[in-house]
Amino acid sequence: MKCNKLVDVGRRQFLRGGVMSAAGAAAATIVAPAPAKAQSLARVDYPSNRLANLSELKPNEPMDIAYPDADSPGVLLKLGSAVEGGVGPDGDVVAFSVLCPHKGWQLSYNAGDKTLNCPGHFSRFDCEAGGQQTWGHATQNLPQFMLRIDDKGDIFAEGVDELIYGRLSNMLA
Amino acid sequence: MAYKRQIDRLPIIPAGAREQNVTCHYCIVGCGYRAYTWPVNRQGSAQSNWSGEDLSQQQPMETDAWYAPSMYNVVKQNGQDVHLVIKPDHDCVVNAGLGSVRGARMAENRRSDIYGTQQQRLTDPLVWRYGTWQPTTWDDALDLVARVTARVIDKENEDDLFVSMFDHGGSAGGYENTWGTGKLYFGSMKVKHCRIHNRPAYNSEVHSSRDMGVDELNYGYGDYEVTDTIFLVGANPIETQTNLFLNHMMPGMRSGARVLVVDPRRTVTINACEEVAGAENVLHLQINSGTDLALFNALFTHIADQGWVDADFIAKSTFAEGIAVPEDEAHPANLGSFEAAREACRISTAEAAEICGVAEADIVKAAEWIARPKDDGSRRKCVTAYEKGIIWGNDNYRTIGALLNIALATGNVGREGGGCCRLGGHQEGYYRPSDAHVGRPAPYIDQLLIAGRGKVHHIWANDHYKTTLNASAFKREYNRRTNMVKEAMDARAGATREEMVDAIVAAINAGGLFSVNVDIIHSQIGQQAHVILPAVESGEMNLTSMNGERRLRLTEKYMDGPGQALPDCLIAARLANALERVLREEGRNDYADQFKGYDWQTEEDAFMDGYHQGNPEVTYERLRTMGNNGVQEPVKGFENGQLVGTPRLYEDGVFTRHGREDGKALFMAGGWRGLEAPGKAQQKANHRFLINNGRSNINWQNWFLDQDNDFVSDRFPLPYLQINPEDAAELGLKNGDMAEVYNDVGATQAMVYIEPTARRNETFMLFGAPSGTQGNVINAGTNTLILPNYKQTWANIRKIADASPATAKLSFKSWEVEL
Ligand code: SF4
Ligand code: FES
Repeated sequence: MKCNKLVDVGRRQFLRGGVMSAAGAAAATIVAPAPAKAQSLARVDYPSNRLANLSELKPNEPMDIAYPDADSPGVLLKLGSAVEGGVGPDGDVVAFSVLCPHKGWQLSYNAGDKTLNCPGHFSRFDCEAGGQQTWGHATQNLPQFMLRIDDKGDIFAEGVDELIYGRLSNMLA
Repeated sequence: MAYKRQIDRLPIIPAGAREQNVTCHYCIVGCGYRAYTWPVNRQGSAQSNWSGEDLSQQQPMETDAWYAPSMYNVVKQNGQDVHLVIKPDHDCVVNAGLGSVRGARMAENRRSDIYGTQQQRLTDPLVWRYGTWQPTTWDDALDLVARVTARVIDKENEDDLFVSMFDHGGSAGGYENTWGTGKLYFGSMKVKHCRIHNRPAYNSEVHSSRDMGVDELNYGYGDYEVTDTIFLVGANPIETQTNLFLNHMMPGMRSGARVLVVDPRRTVTINACEEVAGAENVLHLQINSGTDLALFNALFTHIADQGWVDADFIAKSTFAEGIAVPEDEAHPANLGSFEAAREACRISTAEAAEICGVAEADIVKAAEWIARPKDDGSRRKCVTAYEKGIIWGNDNYRTIGALLNIALATGNVGREGGGCCRLGGHQEGYYRPSDAHVGRPAPYIDQLLIAGRGKVHHIWANDHYKTTLNASAFKREYNRRTNMVKEAMDARAGATREEMVDAIVAAINAGGLFSVNVDIIHSQIGQQAHVILPAVESGEMNLTSMNGERRLRLTEKYMDGPGQALPDCLIAARLANALERVLREEGRNDYADQFKGYDWQTEEDAFMDGYHQGNPEVTYERLRTMGNNGVQEPVKGFENGQLVGTPRLYEDGVFTRHGREDGKALFMAGGWRGLEAPGKAQQKANHRFLINNGRSNINWQNWFLDQDNDFVSDRFPLPYLQINPEDAAELGLKNGDMAEVYNDVGATQAMVYIEPTARRNETFMLFGAPSGTQGNVINAGTNTLILPNYKQTWANIRKIADASPATAKLSFKSWEVEL
């Protein structure tokens, strides 16, 4: 599948109106209490949020999610082959922020080569290489959501490894 | 896994934080940034902060109220630790709030003792003693430099002193520092054996444009927004002039401009142009490497034959009769009238198509896009931009001139939506006494050093080891000659200064070379230095530069330099002071007098002594007021509290860069003559692969700071070699493998990056990397006027190793966006 090119102006206004609406699909996420964990870095406390069940994921079809809250849109992917950092029985489930860390345009998924692409200034990030910026203007790789899958196949996000665009704390205060 | 900072919150800039003007010190575009500093024990809150926004809410795209971790650090300011944020300035007309992958890492690439960034920065003068470098004081280090230097120069002859010195703006260059070094070597001395940071001689990169009367930076960036055709030659602006592309070229395309690109490689710029303008409005002339001259002469011929020229402009503003400057050793082609050029350049589109390897119809189409008047008969506006593809390419002089011929013939210089300009690498910031004594052609410094010439070598922020041509031979010989001096110094450990100077002089008289290295880091050529002097960069000093549309700004000093490091202008001044003292001690008073006039205490003193003398309207105070939008040079006056500049050159149609009193531009009468530099044609015949080469967007210059930046070195631990998939398969190469590139002059290594758009037998290697010097395989042959020809290089390729853990995990996907 390939996402359609969006009209720049329309997209701009859409997002200026607030990122809230972009994350509509995430409204159903369940916020569970964060399990106690050691804090080696002085990190913010992340919630453990259920994103989906494994059974809902189809290989190489992106699912819209949001983490750590509804204003931070992301994508949940079952890539189809194991990647470093992937979870699940096939080691292929990953999740990323879709706010481009350059200027915050929303990325679209290209299923052809499993990259997230930016309509703003054409940066692209590799979903199979930990969100590495394959080419682009951002000064960080794409924030990846740390995942855990429980016995029932429920997928939980429990952390973020880079600063998300548009917030100076990943957990809004 | 890709490198992640694991940073999930940043200190918030408080309201009332100190704010200063910063021009990005990396590329020519000179984007505006703001530096915010505040005490370590304070910060703003979500509700009360510098931005006035409620930061407990997600901020929208393109917000001014966010900064990335790379824009943050803790540094010293007046000896105190302070928070530092350097973020793009939304009010700057150059970049309108856009950062790039280079500039938006400025803060992270500052030395921090708290976060441990850039610990490679030099803090103290170092002198080779006891078999290694020992930290010392300025007085001690400069005394040794002055005493040894004084032994090899005298009033009548300074030819044994070789100098490599930057001539750029930004970074550690700028008007202050080019003046400091220029006054020393071209004022107090008349050093003739000198070269510039990126080429082996002291010469212009664009002689022909200047000889034709046209300064190479003649437009304003706004011209891209109002033009009909953007003509890009040997340039890749989305990577190497990023925000010029994003903030000026893209709006131009959105307003209907078409884009014509001449490049043997399909660059990511071409992909971006297709996205913005539509593929039908982008024409890529993918010529055979080094055949630009044939193409431009065919375009010129066709345009002239069709009559798509600006006859009024030609009559009023260009030289009318025959040849004005005959071809000689200093002018590698005749310069003269439009008709003289037509005659000399004449070549048919069919013949050019054959030479260049492109369709004849595409050449005709290109000519139409450039010059065919619109249906209502009005001028088609075309802005021409070129860069290293032809500057460091075959037959520099004639090729740049041939391109300018087209712009002149169509009246596209000094007009709205026009201009014929180089895009540039660094910013500019050149103010020095005349270099006329150097001569033209200028001496080929690297070859002279290889041949055993020179006794003392002063190096100012040049790393020949990473960036010169014929680098294998250069390094071999330079190591040998400087090691002779190191051994002589080691043998006299514990000697008095006088005895040590004698020992050094004996070694250099026996063929050795005494090397003094002024830099911000311990560079590769600096490994061979005997004295190392630490310099500061823009922001660690006040520094003035101009960008690619001549926009002059002052970057304010927002932090301390590391340790004892000083601005280059003050290092030059102290070296002049030391030379004066030593020469007087030696009783050489006449000569010593030449080194007076360096009582500068600050970089502003150097600015007032140099640039301000020639441009009396311009002061630091006034530049501070002009902020990040600055003023476009030349500065014409000061009115109502504002400096008054020049948004576009030559609007009056009077051309002066060549110094001719008639103010008439000259045309280039230079025909196509094949691969011009010695050794190129043979190298091509004897090796399979073109090793085209150049920059990426992520690595600034020779990676001097980026080699110590985790984000960058994680992406490209080695220089990449883009290669066609079938070629790679034939050689047994896979992504991430280490390949050896070897030919008649040397060898180097690179990381394989399979690229489906690469043509068979044509590769592209990243230039300037510390971990694989592309220059090792570039032969010594230069174009006329000692212009290096880096681009036309051929070699063979073999595999030397499988992907390492550092390269195996990388993304090797296409760079072309797919939305
Ligand atoms: S485009 Fe050039 S000047 Fe602008 S931020 Fe990037 S490196 Fe700096
Ligand atoms: S916002 Fe994504 S590339 Fe600029």
